[in-house]
Amino acid sequence: MSTSDTTRIVGAPVHRKEGVDKLLGRARYVDDMEREGMRHGTTVRSTIPRGFIRSIAFDRRIDWTEFTVVTAADIPGKNHIQLIFADQPCLADGAVNHCDEAIVLLAHPDKHKLREAAAAVKIEYEPLPAIFTIEESEQQGVIVRGTDNLIKSFLLEKGDVDSAWANAAHIVGGEYRTGAQEHLYIENNGMIAEWSAAEGVTVWGSLQCPFYVHKSLLAVFDLPEDKVRVIQTETGGAFGGKEDFPSILAAHAGLLAMKSGRPIKMVYDRMEDLAATTKRHPSRIRHRTALDKDGKLLAMDIDVATDGGAYSTLSSTVLSRATLHSPGPYVCPNVRVRSHSWATNTVPYGAFRGFGAPQAIFAVERHMDEVAAEIGMDPIELRRRNFLHGGDTTATEQVMREPVILERLLDRALGESDYYARRSRFARDNPSSAVKRGMGIAAFYHGSGFTGSGERYLNSLAGVDVTLEGKVRVLVSSTEFGQGTNTILAQIAAEAIGVDYDDVVMAPADTGIVPNSGPTVASRTSMVVGRLIERAGAQLVAMLREQDGLGEHFTREEFFAACERHRAAQGEVRSLCRYEAPANIFWDDRKYRGEAYPAYAWSIHVAQVAVDTVTYSAEVENFWAVQEVGRVLNPVLAGGQIEGGVAQGIGYALYEKVVLQNGHMANNQMTNYIMPTAEDVPPIHVFFEEIPFQHGAYGAKGIGELPHDGPAPAILNAIRDATGVGFCAIPLLPEDLFAKLAAPETVAEGAAL
Amino acid sequence: MSNCGSSIRFTINGRQCVVQTPPMKRLLDVLREDLHLTGTKEGCGEGECGSCSVRMNGELVNSCLVPVLQAEGATIQTVEGLAVDGRLHPLQQAFLHRGGAQCGICTPGMLMAGAQLLSINPHPTMGEIREGLAGNLCRCTGFMRIFESVMAAAAQDYAPSTARAADAR
Amino acid sequence: MRGNAEAHEMVAPGSLAAVLKLLADAPGEWTPIAGGTELMVAHAAGRLAPQKLVSLWGIPELRFIKTGTESISIGAGATFRDLRARADIAAELPLLAKAAGWIGSIANQSRATVGGNLVNGSPAADSSPALLAYDAEIELISTRGSRRISYSSFHTGYKRNVLAPDELLFAVHMPLRFARHRKYLRKVGTRRAMAISKVAMAATALVEDGVIGEIRVAAASLAAFPARLCQVESALLGQPIDARTMEIARRALLAEVKPIDDIRSTAEYRKRVAANLLEEFLNELRAEAPAK
Repeated sequence: MSTSDTTRIVGAPVHRKEGVDKLLGRARYVDDMEREGMRHGTTVRSTIPRGFIRSIAFDRRIDWTEFTVVTAADIPGKNHIQLIFADQPCLADGAVNHCDEAIVLLAHPDKHKLREAAAAVKIEYEPLPAIFTIEESEQQGVIVRGTDNLIKSFLLEKGDVDSAWANAAHIVGGEYRTGAQEHLYIENNGMIAEWSAAEGVTVWGSLQCPFYVHKSLLAVFDLPEDKVRVIQTETGGAFGGKEDFPSILAAHAGLLAMKSGRPIKMVYDRMEDLAATTKRHPSRIRHRTALDKDGKLLAMDIDVATDGGAYSTLSSTVLSRATLHSPGPYVCPNVRVRSHSWATNTVPYGAFRGFGAPQAIFAVERHMDEVAAEIGMDPIELRRRNFLHGGDTTATEQVMREPVILERLLDRALGESDYYARRSRFARDNPSSAVKRGMGIAAFYHGSGFTGSGERYLNSLAGVDVTLEGKVRVLVSSTEFGQGTNTILAQIAAEAIGVDYDDVVMAPADTGIVPNSGPTVASRTSMVVGRLIERAGAQLVAMLREQDGLGEHFTREEFFAACERHRAAQGEVRSLCRYEAPANIFWDDRKYRGEAYPAYAWSIHVAQVAVDTVTYSAEVENFWAVQEVGRVLNPVLAGGQIEGGVAQGIGYALYEKVVLQNGHMANNQMTNYIMPTAEDVPPIHVFFEEIPFQHGAYGAKGIGELPHDGPAPAILNAIRDATGVGFCAIPLLPEDLFAKLAAPETVAEGAAL
Repeated sequence: MSNCGSSIRFTINGRQCVVQTPPMKRLLDVLREDLHLTGTKEGCGEGECGSCSVRMNGELVNSCLVPVLQAEGATIQTVEGLAVDGRLHPLQQAFLHRGGAQCGICTPGMLMAGAQLLSINPHPTMGEIREGLAGNLCRCTGFMRIFESVMAAAAQDYAPSTARAADAR
Repeated sequence: MRGNAEAHEMVAPGSLAAVLKLLADAPGEWTPIAGGTELMVAHAAGRLAPQKLVSLWGIPELRFIKTGTESISIGAGATFRDLRARADIAAELPLLAKAAGWIGSIANQSRATVGGNLVNGSPAADSSPALLAYDAEIELISTRGSRRISYSSFHTGYKRNVLAPDELLFAVHMPLRFARHRKYLRKVGTRRAMAISKVAMAATALVEDGVIGEIRVAAASLAAFPARLCQVESALLGQPIDARTMEIARRALLAEVKPIDDIRSTAEYRKRVAANLLEEFLNELRAEAPAK
């Protein structure tokens, strides 16, 4: 397997494949597109969080003959969005379970008439009691799903937790909460749909997973696979927010296209996108931890609860990842994780970068600092004493067969951040300063790729072909949405074959053209899909050598000449590879035991935070991220992923709050859903250690989600260091800091001061 | 009441244009719909995200907040006007070398804000860059490489970034 | 975009006289629009009630900044970028120059006008605390003539002011008498840029021999409109700057301000932070000129 010394293109900071078009303003996002005879579509949504729909009336002041009107009755196939389960209706039929649930769809050529018409649809409800929190759901006073409100539960057990308390020198408990978080991609969700009896349904849109949308549309339209076609348009940010939701929007646009016989464009504006689409699962995680007198972990008893919203969507897999990340990167002989995802009457929560890990890692890494404080140990030392090393087993009894270099990463992070020196300086200066400063760290892993045998189940297919224009074309359903898919897969193809980076193009992410290489999620694209491209490239070269006279060493001209000879003989030049599971990955889904992930990325984050005691605001002044993600395929892209993920994590910790009123997002505008601006982000210092992973493309592991896992706990640990007060819930806003930091106002009569 | 129109005359990217449009149509919509210049994007419609930024009469404006009547006689530059004769503007070159664009949706507005900044302050400090771009939200990059790109363009430093991963900022 | 462009009429007469005539001929029918940074947001949200708009943008008679020997006059059409570009504003009215940088972003500053900021009358208006601390006067104009009032009398309630239906805000005038005054300005928002105030405070004080000879303290987001904190001023006027005075002033503030809970923040937080800002200001005064 190649090392950095022997690759020409992999490992080099080549330019983003579609970069020039983006910089020229030529890249075409879905709202930049039009269709002849196109109509606009809009959605009439529930204004109550739960209840029966008693009637839908269409006000007579509107000439409805001009409009296309779609309700659940118009759905030719199944009225559900097929994800893991099929409990979410495509359109509400007789009942609603969350505010902003879609009920009626309308289309018209004129956007303003459309808006007037939407306001003229009068829906009468019979409201039912609604619940909005984990506590209300688990108390089961009001049942909104099944018989018990439960979407999913897991039990992970190692050793015997209950026997450990008696021997513990220390027992420390804590409860940690995270709020919902909105993706806030700068491009809102959008779709264009066309329908014809001959072709079936075709959709173009902003999305991550063309074949997820494809599968959902098959059910809604009751069409065979070759009568549904999904094409990704240039996508302006996703972060998981366009993993499952596009299936809903595609179905809606498709239904309007079917009923009207016209192309339909549906692009949400910001207010609608914020209110009606998926967000990160809120969580409540409780830890109870036993340690011996030397601070070594004896037992971890963890309770994980998430709010799944009104329908299950991806809640079970998010819960799974949260469960598997909740014990942290530590060795512990006795672990129990009981996790539950609860239904509430809110917009269903979905995928968001990290997918349960940010919640879990926030809890365990905050808890480690609370434990350290409780037992009187330096939080760095506490972690060192408990870190996983190569050869150790995790909570699922997975043996760490690959190197685990947490200590090296920690030492690097402490060195680069000058951690102890800064910490001492702040300890000295804080008493006489209105601004209190502190340092905090987080240590964590992120499992690369799907859990357990997920990749086997996906059974991905990917490869390359060679076009008549003399280009190597990468054939994947993996999508670009800023993270660099196009670039790194082109680099891998060029490297594996032996041509130039500019010789490689990407096939459009079109289900009619490309094979299903799986969804673009779970930090799997570099590692898993990249490996398929690496193999397919090598396979192509082998085939040309065997069949078409390509020599042992060849120039790029000779390569393309051999391709043409192959084409003349065989009709096409194509090489596909299917996923092959590594031999030693065993996962027991029922017992939750075994190799949870084929690979892990490891990281240490260090935050320097300033807390202003005049305004109770906390700001991150400096941030260091040290990580091991296998081979870095493109240093500019990789660095950019870390920086972007850290910035989002900072938002998650200190700025971004979803305010619900009766289950509806009240702050659904960019003016009051606050993300950090260019003036708020600190300098972010990024350092990679590389340990190539043999089963990943050129040694790569996953990177995309890792950086969002660490900032929140590192920042709140820094705030603890700065103020002496531990905060256990995010988002942590100045009003929350004020509540605990400010001494109560005393009004003493005639006080002499 | 229906109002189809005023005749609005302005210069876009060096070209004179006339559009027949309701005076309260947003400049953003006139650019995208009437003139088919879709490089300028709508991210929020509230003047918060800056993805609709263009340069009008030498100033940076959020085109989603400009009624087109107020653009009468204006000289306007959009992202489509940055590159000249197919040659990338220094900012565009810098963004390409240094990873200033990821998903690209904020990029046109960012380039406008960067161009505006460099036109009045050719050698900005990092603090001035942060302030100059504070009205342009980017959700992908964490801003670091955008700042670096603006710095590089200001320094006319076009060398391809050969920084090893370990030395990444 | 939820607004309907075709549902609105807009004219741009291009001169102050023409605008005033329009307002006089049909009082209440035409809504002035300057840079649009407020009204166009309402338009996009589908909430722009006024059907008829008269554009003030670019009218030269409104967009001026004049420095005299005794006062500075700022036309209502001056943008915040105009203010920030002027050395005389930075030198003579530094609080206003600083506040101008608080407005939104560079793109918003190039369009938002002083007149728009005041007439929109948000309780969180960014320029208001500084204007109040500088004893600003407002000049209102119509075909009937012009009148000047203290800016502190301009707002009468939440988004209500004394403008007659045919009147336009013409200019803001500030006396050039603050060179020796100590000054303070701080805004507390949700983030460093593009933030609506949770609390903002401006103050000017003349201190001689450690005693407060003159004091103006003004705040945003603590009441239905930006206002001077009169009880705080009374507690400080003529007093030495010592711990006792600071405590009395703090208690006066806590009794005087009536902030609310809203989507951005809480009343309790606003109250406490306002008290902290006052304390920060007084501590600065104390450090610069301790009482004898």
